[in-house]
Amino acid sequence: MLGYTITQWLFGILSFLAIMFALMVVFTRNPVNSVLYLVLTFFCIAGHYLLLNAQFLAIVHIVVYAGAIMVLFLFIIMLMNLNADTEPQKHIGTRFIAGIVGGVLLFVMVGALRGAEQLQLVQSGASQIGMVKSLGQVLFTEFLFPFEIVSILLLAALVGAIMIGKRDTNINAKETSNS
Amino acid sequence: MLNGIPINFYIMLSAVLFIIGVIGVMARRNAIIIFMCIELMLNAVNLLLVAFSTLHNDASGQVFVFFIMAVAAAEVAVGLAILSMVYRNFKSIDIDLLSRLKN
Repeated sequence: MLGYTITQWLFGILSFLAIMFALMVVFTRNPVNSVLYLVLTFFCIAGHYLLLNAQFLAIVHIVVYAGAIMVLFLFIIMLMNLNADTEPQKHIGTRFIAGIVGGVLLFVMVGALRGAEQLQLVQSGASQIGMVKSLGQVLFTEFLFPFEIVSILLLAALVGAIMIGKRDTNINAKETSNS
Repeated sequence: MLNGIPINFYIMLSAVLFIIGVIGVMARRNAIIIFMCIELMLNAVNLLLVAFSTLHNDASGQVFVFFIMAVAAAEVAVGLAILSMVYRNFKSIDIDLLSRLKN
């Protein structure tokens, strides 16, 4: 097809969709729509992982991001009953300056990275490093200590989130006794 | 046998996604949207790490992405707890209200 292989077509389509959905995340007024567009962006990135032969990460990405984190976002937004009417807007000047700064940053990054050497990605079907087996072997031998540290970090985050999110009963009791 | 895609394309795609995240952080006032843009930036970096991991046929990059995902999950849990606390006190999650942190 026009001299491109199926992989290159998939790469182009997925990249286009990811960038479009990412732009929609930033420029949609309604926060709920924003979250849904971000989920679509994550699905496109998971497709990229599949193209890169990282099957385990693709599945983990969908399960953790689209399945857990974005549901948490959606839950909080619906809990706060946010919609396009309550959405605070920055001044048009600030948004304009943000666009200019982002454009300049993109220009600098593209200019700096354009000279990077042209390497072809070797994507043979025989590559096994993205599979659960090989990744698990690396994870539980070479990276065993960071893995345990991450489990402690997640536990600490869990306890911290509960402590922060908990309504402070002492203060409430004091306020009701004062009033 | 799949044909390869030049690594430069992945670098450009990651740069564009990262810049979109940066613009979102600068241009929006809703704190939750800013959080989502930070997630977008993290994912741009993750994509680049996986691309280089495949390029060099080395699993360390993918393990690193795995750790970034775990840290991002922890960050989101604590951040959303803080935001729900802020909403309870201010009845708004406008980030500009938080520029003064004293009462």
